[in-house]
Amino acid sequence: MSIELIWAIILSFAIFAYVVLDGFDLGIGINYPFIGSKWERDIAMNTVAPVWDGNETWLILGGGGLFAAFPLAYSVVLPALYVPLTAMLIGLILRGVAFEFRWKDKSKTQIWDKAFIIGSIGATFFQGVALGAFIQGIPMEGRAFNGDWWHWLSPFSIFTGIALVFGYGLLGSTWLIYKTENKTKRHMQMLGKRFFILTLIMILIVSLWTPYLHPEYFEKWFSYPRILYVLPVPLLVAISTVCCFRALIKNNDLQPFVWSIILFLLSFIGLMISIYPNIVPPSLDIWQAAAPKKSLQFLLVGVLIFMPIILVYTSFTYWVFRGKTKPDESYH
Amino acid sequence: MFEAIDLARFQFAFVVSFHIIFPAFTIGLASYLAVLEGLWLWKKEDRYLNIFNYWLKIFAIAFGMGVVSGIVMSYQFGTNWSVFSDKTGPVLGPLMGYEVLSAFFLEAGFLGIMLFGMNKVGKQLHFFATLMVAFGTFFSAFWILSVNSWMHTPAGFSINEVGQFVPEDWIQIIFNPSFPYRLVHMLMAAYLTTAFVVGAVGAWHLLKNNKNLCARTMLSMAMWMAAIVAPLQLVAGDMHGLNTLEYQPAKIAAMEGHYETKKGAPLILFGIPDDDAMEINSIVEIPKLGSMILKHDFDAEIKGLRDFPADEIPPAEIIFWSFRIMVGIGMAMIALGLWSLFLRFKNLFYSTRLFHQICLLMGPAGFIAVIAGWVTTEVGRQPFTVYGVLRTVDSVSPIDAPAVATSLLVFIVIYFLVFGAGTYYIFKQFSINPEQDKDATKKVGSLGVSLKLFDKA
Ligand code: HDD
Ligand code: HEM
Ligand code: HEM
Repeated sequence: MSIELIWAIILSFAIFAYVVLDGFDLGIGINYPFIGSKWERDIAMNTVAPVWDGNETWLILGGGGLFAAFPLAYSVVLPALYVPLTAMLIGLILRGVAFEFRWKDKSKTQIWDKAFIIGSIGATFFQGVALGAFIQGIPMEGRAFNGDWWHWLSPFSIFTGIALVFGYGLLGSTWLIYKTENKTKRHMQMLGKRFFILTLIMILIVSLWTPYLHPEYFEKWFSYPRILYVLPVPLLVAISTVCCFRALIKNNDLQPFVWSIILFLLSFIGLMISIYPNIVPPSLDIWQAAAPKKSLQFLLVGVLIFMPIILVYTSFTYWVFRGKTKPDESYH
Repeated sequence: MFEAIDLARFQFAFVVSFHIIFPAFTIGLASYLAVLEGLWLWKKEDRYLNIFNYWLKIFAIAFGMGVVSGIVMSYQFGTNWSVFSDKTGPVLGPLMGYEVLSAFFLEAGFLGIMLFGMNKVGKQLHFFATLMVAFGTFFSAFWILSVNSWMHTPAGFSINEVGQFVPEDWIQIIFNPSFPYRLVHMLMAAYLTTAFVVGAVGAWHLLKNNKNLCARTMLSMAMWMAAIVAPLQLVAGDMHGLNTLEYQPAKIAAMEGHYETKKGAPLILFGIPDDDAMEINSIVEIPKLGSMILKHDFDAEIKGLRDFPADEIPPAEIIFWSFRIMVGIGMAMIALGLWSLFLRFKNLFYSTRLFHQICLLMGPAGFIAVIAGWVTTEVGRQPFTVYGVLRTVDSVSPIDAPAVATSLLVFIVIYFLVFGAGTYYIFKQFSINPEQDKDATKKVGSLGVSLKLFDKA
């Protein structure tokens, strides 16, 4: 396997880790409007307060890794997605500061809760928009993006934006099912089911829409014999759908969350299949965009040394804060 | 009309200046917290835990703002400086990758335990978490300053056929010529910044009641830091300047206000530089001292801006002033440090109100000096992004001006609202008396009860 490919895999891992981890953080903000009472909101916030910063760090690794390993892709994609990414960053700012600010002034809790909601939904929506615009393809000339600043805007990208809001909503509510109890938990199970159905519809539509965006995508999914290789993906999606639904109905603690993650993983793999071997659709491939070997090797050493350590202490933090979150668990 | 590039420059300067305010404070504060917790574990005195908890809340707010403003920074390179990113990515990308791996994850991973975990992991492990966060801020500064220094004094690279910088020697890249100076200078700047904030808060509570034990401890610790580190900062700054003279002589000429090449150049204390006429007016100067400081020889020749190519000089009108602001504040810090020693010697340290008032006044001094210092360094690098190799005009993204204008406007509004609110909350914490909650330690001891300390006020 070439080192360029290894890097593509590492980056995919970072991005997927980000999607799941920050997905349920952001998902809490998406569920927030439906959580009425203040104490329940406190608990919901506290389930992620100790970990959200770590979760968001995967986004920095994704961005930083792209800059290091595929600088050309980084410098083409980011200007092309200037507007949605900037909007996403603003959303992340609002959501991030709300974690601290909402406790500081009892009379302003409402305002920071709104900031939390708007920030979470905004960041998610524009992440989805960016994803959709990316899948649609980014026109290049020479070594640069060649298009205008609203090139990202299309029905498809708006649609993927909405889809991601529902998807993170699902991750958020199933996480809360896992972390809360009694009334709150039952409430989250109800929300979970709704987000589940919405997410499912969205996955279906996006899966059917994507192949029609580019002939290459279509080829990948529907030409024989390729269809045989990719067929497991939709089959597994069907299986996990059933499992996820059953877990939701059966009052399970952890399972709905796990099955939601698996659904995300399968969708993510589907996306990778569509795009590979490109790193920027429709025409820039992994090898063209890669940094010189020396850069890739140097940082790979760092990944090999640090990633296991990171995984250990990140798991440790989750372990310290394991179990149901109780109402009085905060330092505030 | 503004061009896209001016807007992009302004936006970058704006968001990074906002960002640096928080690291300058959190780097120092993380270490301070580690020291406090260490002292508490060692001496078992409640006041240290009291002070620790007091600053922990402030740290949480400042750190949160540092994180969110930092994430913006890491995407700014690609969105606004895409050509720069394409070219420097192979060299700078891995360094920033190491920063994420060795610093950001460490900070973020242990922050949760530091803030929420005292009752869950016990004192020793909690102390360990605090230390890890402090180390994280240090590693972060290490890598990002290496990146930044490389842009000032690039080394260890070649250029390939598509115009990218290609790494040749990582040791030369990481430890590029200006890096050690910049790292030391910036870390001390962060410590000083924090010390003056802590000192100001202590002084303020002493002004209200000079028996306040926690406030006394804070002021005392802060002033030891000032008395020791401020003079060292002068030495480090001077060495940094000599290094810059070697690698970026035009920057030094602009900082010093030297337009003409002179033997036995004066030290210009004040003056009004005029970049169009290439001359400096109404000067107050000390003859020959400039040559002495820069070359350690009263008669040495110092090259003036007129003798550099016109398209390779930075705007003296800005950095002449920003440099003086920084050095002026540095001198004031040294003076305050000396005064504090004198008062300690005379046993008047806790009773001299004028001293406390001036400490209060100096609270924000570090932030101003840090921003002034960065402006000097960064504007002084112009018109290049990678000094001598890649020009700023050739670094910018192909984005339409309206897009950048809009984003700039949005950033300005959101930053002032959000970070304004954060600053307000920090001040609200400051107004709480650090000694007020007598049974703070008891609460921490009993399991299951959170560290609810000062919010009830
Ligand atoms: C000398 C120190 C220093 C300097 C010059 C910078 N930073 Fe910074 N940065 C830090 C020191 C720091 C820190 C101490 O590590 C922070 C501050 C507060 C915090 O949460 O971590 C941080 C946070 C921080 C974060 C969030 C990390 C997290 O989630 O924990 C990012 C992505 C960046 N920074 C990126 C940048 C970029 C791209 C910069 C250059 C333009 C930059 N920083 C300048
Ligand atoms: C954190 C403290 C920093 C501050 C306050 C700061 C401030 C500034 C300012 C004021 C400029 C504008 C100069 C001009 O255009 O005239 C600038 C330019 C620039 N800085 Fe920094 N800087 C900081 C750190 C960094 C770091 C760590 C990096 C690299 C990792 C960096 C990269 C750049 C780049 C690429 C430019 C060129 C774009 C431009 O001209 O605006 N800066 N910076
Ligand atoms: C006491 C006398 C001081 C001297 C002689 C001094 C000297 C310098 C010089 C020459 C530079 C420019 C480096 C370059 O050419 O790129 C610089 C930058 C800087 N200074 Fe100072 N400085 C002093 C005090 C301070 C203080 C008190 C602070 C903050 C608390 C500070 C913070 C900074 C920062 C943040 C930078 C930009 C980063 C860097 O290049 O290191 N300085 N200083």
